[in-house]
Amino acid sequence: MLNVEIDEPGKDVLLMGNEAIARGAIEAGVNFCTAYPGTPSSEIMGTLGKVANKFGFYAEWSTNEKVALEAAGAAAFAGLRSLCAMKHQGVNVCADFLTTVNLAETRGGYVLVVCDDPFAHSSTQEEDSRNFARFVDIPLLEPSSIQEAKDMTKWAFELSETLKVICMMRSVTRVSHARGNVKLGEIQKERRKASLPAMGVFISAPPTPRHSTLHRKLDKARKIFEKSEFNQYVGPEDAEFVIITSGTGWAYSQEALTLLGIRDKVGTLKIGTTWPLPENLITTHLKHAKDVMIIEETDPFLEQNVKILTAENASEVGVINFYGKRSKHIKDTGEIDVDSIVKALAKIRGLEYSTRDKEYTSKAKKMTGSAPFRMLGFCAGCPHRPSFWSIKTAIKWDGRDTYVCGDIGCYALGVGPAGFMQLKTLHCMGSGIGVATGFGNLGMFGFDRPVIAVAGDSTFYHACIPALINAQYNGANVLFIILDNSATAMTGFQPHPGTGVDARGEPAPVVLPEKICEGIGIDTEVFDPFDVRGTTELIFEKLQKGGTSAIVLRRTCGLIEARKKGKPKVSVDQSLCIGDDCGCARFCSRVFNCPGMIWDFEANKAKIDETICTGCGVCAELCPQNAIIVEEVR
Amino acid sequence: MEKDPLNLVICGVGGQGNVLASQIIAAAGIREGLFVTIGETYGASQRGGSVMSHVRFSKIMQYGPLIPEGQGHVILGFEPTETLRVISGYGNPNIDVIVNPRPNYPIDVLSGRVSYPDIGEVLNTIKELSSSIKVVEATELAKEAGDTVVSSVVMVGCLAGSGLIPIKLESYEETLKDMFSENKQEINLRALKLGVEGVKKA
Repeated sequence: MLNVEIDEPGKDVLLMGNEAIARGAIEAGVNFCTAYPGTPSSEIMGTLGKVANKFGFYAEWSTNEKVALEAAGAAAFAGLRSLCAMKHQGVNVCADFLTTVNLAETRGGYVLVVCDDPFAHSSTQEEDSRNFARFVDIPLLEPSSIQEAKDMTKWAFELSETLKVICMMRSVTRVSHARGNVKLGEIQKERRKASLPAMGVFISAPPTPRHSTLHRKLDKARKIFEKSEFNQYVGPEDAEFVIITSGTGWAYSQEALTLLGIRDKVGTLKIGTTWPLPENLITTHLKHAKDVMIIEETDPFLEQNVKILTAENASEVGVINFYGKRSKHIKDTGEIDVDSIVKALAKIRGLEYSTRDKEYTSKAKKMTGSAPFRMLGFCAGCPHRPSFWSIKTAIKWDGRDTYVCGDIGCYALGVGPAGFMQLKTLHCMGSGIGVATGFGNLGMFGFDRPVIAVAGDSTFYHACIPALINAQYNGANVLFIILDNSATAMTGFQPHPGTGVDARGEPAPVVLPEKICEGIGIDTEVFDPFDVRGTTELIFEKLQKGGTSAIVLRRTCGLIEARKKGKPKVSVDQSLCIGDDCGCARFCSRVFNCPGMIWDFEANKAKIDETICTGCGVCAELCPQNAIIVEEVR
Repeated sequence: MEKDPLNLVICGVGGQGNVLASQIIAAAGIREGLFVTIGETYGASQRGGSVMSHVRFSKIMQYGPLIPEGQGHVILGFEPTETLRVISGYGNPNIDVIVNPRPNYPIDVLSGRVSYPDIGEVLNTIKELSSSIKVVEATELAKEAGDTVVSSVVMVGCLAGSGLIPIKLESYEETLKDMFSENKQEINLRALKLGVEGVKKA
């Protein structure tokens, strides 16, 4: 049994932040859940999907975030409690719907959970999604711990029903992907029925009066937030130095104060309801402050809003010195942490602090420099490696310096040595084929290089189809290669429309990319990238032919394959490998970049690390001496 | 607890099972009534990147997920050069280290662009920068248990047997029984035991 399923209110269990969000929804008696995978949000639906049947709610992996938010909106219109989860970039995708559904009078609790990725650990950019809440005038909650992630999710449904508007919760990597103790609450077991009111009209018109109604909803939210238990002040009642913080800044700042030994001198106001701000509560504490430090992740969101509030109440709160992102005391890019806050506080307060003996620090930095950097690469057995090798080889054969566009997924690593530096553009979901369509129509300006776009299967369904239709309709000279590994591999193997399984693990119809391409009228072929020679020839032929065409390179993600069946045993017959005399320049270990291929420095011959090798055997086809042996194990 | 919070860093390379190990250790701690927080970076978990988990134990409160610089108490190193990297950031003269000396070569080393340091020297450096070091051939012990995939559980066993974290062996055993289906319990319990014995011999 998963920890999120345990029906023992009061029990303390270990949950990941995203599991805590899922549990919060379960405790709220959620009826309808949608999501598109994206780090660091994926485990929310990953968890909900596993327990949907048990608790009797609906769960889906949607094709993209816009569809996800729309589907969840329907459930909220019908009086059901619905949750939609995504990463920060997903909000950009669903923004069109978000900026009108905020005007609708929703009925069931309608909760949008967005997980930001400060430092872009696994994203192509870092974005502060809180700006969207202010932009579209909807209430915003921001958990500062795993426990709060659960409790706030649960409360967000009530809040949405009280205000009759969509509510947003913003998590970040260090909440969503942290784990810790969570005290479980009661699970709401009452099941709702879907129903529509007599008229059943959900529209944004007339926009201006509805916009005004929305503003009144925010006023009501502000009143509720003034009394929310998610906002908390600790420290001396009349502290002259006050920290205002949200999210991860709460735990970090408290630890920083402890390390500096100034907990009894500094007050901290933690805000969990970050939009609209609880203005009276904040003003109360601004009144006793001379110095205010604002600690938050990514943009100066709280900072700007608190400064506006200070200006509006200048006669009451007087002159305040602010320290935060604008003053460069807190990093305005990347992640914040205890260290950077300690440093900032020490500087402002004129304190001496060092985390450890300075001599040790310099000795440690000097002595540990030999640790080699670990560049990300494709896993052993990954079909993208031979796919990119074939693309590279075909481009060489063609000789016209083909330009390759790509986007988001494991194959984004194609910008680096893993994909032999083939990818030249990388932005958002589906932008590879979109940008390639433009390049493919630059012929009249003298651009004579062929163009390839690559996209993964999940990305294909998500955002490639309009661009592909655009390419065909407008006659772009582009070869579209779908790197179909039958998984949303980058984010942890979530099912998608091509996998034949849904979020709940139930069988689902398979939507094949080649059928869609053919339906658009594009000449499409399906091929196995493990047949490197054949793949290379096929890409070469298509480049030579020109026009709009597509290839689906289909081979299941190596990690899934390795899990499914006993992996074949792959080994090097060192009597056949002739080492550096071969002239292959150690192709297997030096050029092909498979982490399973290592060099045996004693024998000066190739070797396979059996703990890493997944048994795909592609190297056996590429070894010029046929020294690599694949034995099927059944 | 003598130190509160007690800060453990688990480090290695994507795919080595660090994340699983941190979950087992944290769940065992919660079983004993401790507050435990894990912070982990695993966007790169399966793609050969460095992976590090911070596990923080306290009797008093729930700490944030990131350990400040120089504040580590124990390092459980799944890979020697990753251990080196972590000691640089989180080490101090009082830190205790348990390390699997088996190297995992990055792509740049395999391709010959960068060299991998001598293991003996790496271990000597760790020794010089720490209060104690236990070197355990965890991958070999995992093979003995039946599959290299359980080397992460061998490492958990090493931590349990070291006495560096105040959590009873039974709590780890009960956690493994909770986390694994019956057909996988035996090999994991065997791996745990081999780790406990291995660290005592080291």
